[in-house]
Amino acid sequence: MKTAVQIASDVQGGVSSADEQLSLSLEAVRAHNEELHVFLHVDEAGARKAAARVDEIIAKGDNAGPLAGVPIAIKDNVCQRGVPTTCGSKILQGWRPPYSATVIDRLLAAGAVPVGKTNLDEFAMGSSTENSAFGPTRNPLCPSRVPGGSSGGSAAAVAADMTPIAIGSDTGGSIRQPAALCGIVGVKPTYGLVSRYGLIAFSSSLDQIGPFAKTVTDAATLLEVLAGQDPMDSTSLPEPSPSLVAHLNDGVAGKRIGVVSELIEGADDEIVREVHRALQVFRDAGATVVELSIPEIRLGLSAYYLIAPAEASSNLARYDGVRYGLRVDAHDVTAMNEATRTAGFGDEVKRRIMLGTYALSAGYYDAYYGQALKVRTQMIDAFARAYRDVDVLVGATTPTVAFAIGEKASNPMAMYLSDVFTIPTNLAGEAAITVPFGTGEADLPIGVQLLGPGRSEAQLFSAARVLELADGRP
Amino acid sequence: MMLPNGWEIVVGLEVHTELKTASKMFCGCANSFGAEPNTNICPVCLGLPGSLPVLNERAVELAMAIGMALHSTIAPSTFHRKNYFYPDMPKDFQISQYDLPINVGGYLDLPDASRVSIERAHLEEDTGKSTHLGGTGRLQGADRSLVDYNRSGVPLVEIVSGPDIRSSAQARAYAQELRGILIATDASDGRMEEGSMRIDANVSIRKAYAPFGTRCEIKNLNSLRSLQRAIDYEALRQVELLDGGGTVRQETRHWDELLGETSTMRVKEDADDYRYFREPDLVDLAPDQAWQDRVRAGLQPMPAERRQKLAALLNDLSVAHLDAVEVVINLGLDDLVERAVDGGADVTLAISRAANELAANMDAVKNFSSESFTATLLMEQRGELSATQAKTVLAELLQRGGDPRDVARELGFEQLSSSSLGATVAALIREHPDEWTRYRDGDEKLAQFFIGQVMKLTKGQANGKSVVAELQARR
Repeated sequence: MKTAVQIASDVQGGVSSADEQLSLSLEAVRAHNEELHVFLHVDEAGARKAAARVDEIIAKGDNAGPLAGVPIAIKDNVCQRGVPTTCGSKILQGWRPPYSATVIDRLLAAGAVPVGKTNLDEFAMGSSTENSAFGPTRNPLCPSRVPGGSSGGSAAAVAADMTPIAIGSDTGGSIRQPAALCGIVGVKPTYGLVSRYGLIAFSSSLDQIGPFAKTVTDAATLLEVLAGQDPMDSTSLPEPSPSLVAHLNDGVAGKRIGVVSELIEGADDEIVREVHRALQVFRDAGATVVELSIPEIRLGLSAYYLIAPAEASSNLARYDGVRYGLRVDAHDVTAMNEATRTAGFGDEVKRRIMLGTYALSAGYYDAYYGQALKVRTQMIDAFARAYRDVDVLVGATTPTVAFAIGEKASNPMAMYLSDVFTIPTNLAGEAAITVPFGTGEADLPIGVQLLGPGRSEAQLFSAARVLELADGRP
Repeated sequence: MMLPNGWEIVVGLEVHTELKTASKMFCGCANSFGAEPNTNICPVCLGLPGSLPVLNERAVELAMAIGMALHSTIAPSTFHRKNYFYPDMPKDFQISQYDLPINVGGYLDLPDASRVSIERAHLEEDTGKSTHLGGTGRLQGADRSLVDYNRSGVPLVEIVSGPDIRSSAQARAYAQELRGILIATDASDGRMEEGSMRIDANVSIRKAYAPFGTRCEIKNLNSLRSLQRAIDYEALRQVELLDGGGTVRQETRHWDELLGETSTMRVKEDADDYRYFREPDLVDLAPDQAWQDRVRAGLQPMPAERRQKLAALLNDLSVAHLDAVEVVINLGLDDLVERAVDGGADVTLAISRAANELAANMDAVKNFSSESFTATLLMEQRGELSATQAKTVLAELLQRGGDPRDVARELGFEQLSSSSLGATVAALIREHPDEWTRYRDGDEKLAQFFIGQVMKLTKGQANGKSVVAELQARR
């Protein structure tokens, strides 16, 4: 499949049309969706309309935007007006939002054609997409394995060539981890760079929408479209969308790159090997590589599993059966709330609601949630100190390559550990990218993670581009 | 009301006021009372999945104005989530300020010179409104419940007093004075009957100088009368309990206006754990000095200052006058009075007509011009209208507007100039020499005879006082 940039160029240049590109995408979906279970809903009618609008604009001789006619997959926790949005949960089954997320409006304005909504772990809680109420998604590279999660559907859509690009959300690694396991590029942008308006909240202070793509260039092109201040999101950053594509080939000459021991410890040998190979590539490209330690990273997982569930326990309170989604009738309103939530939420969601409720409770707040906030502040300070000496940090994205479906499903702790390298970036509110680099067991892809301070995306993309070129992808 | 056996009432009030903003606290929906149910709603105030709050700047300004009027410190503040399930609360949490409110400390001086401390005045959002049908008529056990989300997300300020109030009358005076401040800051219309100002009263009793007793919180008092009655009832209930050897249980109580009683809503032990934490969807609120200065510069004079100004205009500080001054201040009629006095009206007359005739039709007053008011008062002073006629003219003007002269003419209140009145009186004196002689010799009763004759001749158009003045001038 062509890249998003090539498709946009073809469509804008009249070599192809948005409608033709959409047809190609829908064919691929039809061929593989039954096996892989990538899309929960394909919005063919809406996509045809969006494609027709793009083709009309071009017929008039106007520019349809940087993503003209590019099919895109949308994680099913992003609201799109009139399109069923479930968050992978029975509690929202059948709900059609009456409004669109800001990112949807931005994508449409840039000429992109949203094809449908992709599978995810329920309410984005999970690392394998096995927690979806509608069944797991399979890894297109090896269907007996998971695609990662929670944005497993979006990662698989790109890996399976159903769409060249996709959007996901990353709360503790939910873009980077599946991107790594599916062998594609995934970006967790700086907190506030992309509007969260219309993203169904899991953990509001950690959630961030970001791109999936096969190439660094496509990911940068997509992020330029998504980024920018939104008056509907109080936490969105005031600066304009950053210039990323223009800096893609800046290289890393003269840059100081730090490999963080806590971001590779515990990873499989083959993954550590690829990280070291990446460091050599950077050295060869003229960067200075140093080794450093950020011990606070070890506290990240514990802090995360208090902060995220605490916020989730509050964010998910609204699914009470009163206004929308599932309602299980009962003799009074309290019983109705309870019956609805009991039937509507899956085990992992219930587990986190209970964990978060407990962490916020009177008498426990200081020991749990309050303590986690302190760790978070320490994490922010620790990264800030590191970035005084280096420009980019390097580590593994995941401890292992894609694991088998069912392998960790019954062991929450093992599942939680698959996000150990990605969580620190979310806690710090900073930026990180994963880029496929080499392969491991069973020829499965390995991702190398590059981390930078807030709004350092341009630098991360140019470093990722160096690895991409070195790995033999043009 | 004095409590028996040396007991003393201790009251602290929590006043919730809806802010008079054009839009809601976190979205662009109209903030208006009385619209069709569920018409002023959007994804944000319905708490739909994915929606996010954006703070209303005007709500912050009104909160600051209230704080400034209460001598509070405007402090850097944050928003928290107060988590609990209730069907009329769409997110199942309320966004409210918690440990860091925008207004910290302060005080309110009452007309009787007592001072009530203010602990805080913070911003929060209102919930929707439930109507429970059938069954118990309450949430638990009703046949059906209807929810109107028009009110959901309306900005509120909660003003918390210290436990400084020592009688129900003082509580009423505090609420009254606070209401005046809310109106003066343009923060609220102060309409308690529409729910734009709701009061919770924390009531306890103690023997003089003893430590505070256990308090009960009476929820949702929505008139000054209810406030006063509920406090008195609750204090007496506690006296009976304690004098009977019992104890007061800390609890939330409901006031029944019809029965005139408070009853248990919920006891402290099963109080909710609200699991407060910082609202991650909002940023910290720290109004800079320039913004505070702009708000301060826009503040209108507060009731206390206006009361002083009006009292200073009055030479005769009798109690009746002071009561009228209170009415004028509480209803915000002092501006009309001052303009009339500037225009040459007598201050006592202006206050009296404002406190009675204008106060009787407050809905119409906002469209009433000070020129009409002044002109009517001047006509009365010049004797062109009797007191009764002037009141009638004012009532008419309030109802349908117009020029006082035209209204007086249409009502048949013929203008009776002093020269024609003088001529009439002179003619009567000539026609009734005996009566005139007796009057001139000091029989004051005969003034009534002449007034009656004048009224007969003028078909009641004359002013009695003016007739007496004409008689006096010829004595």
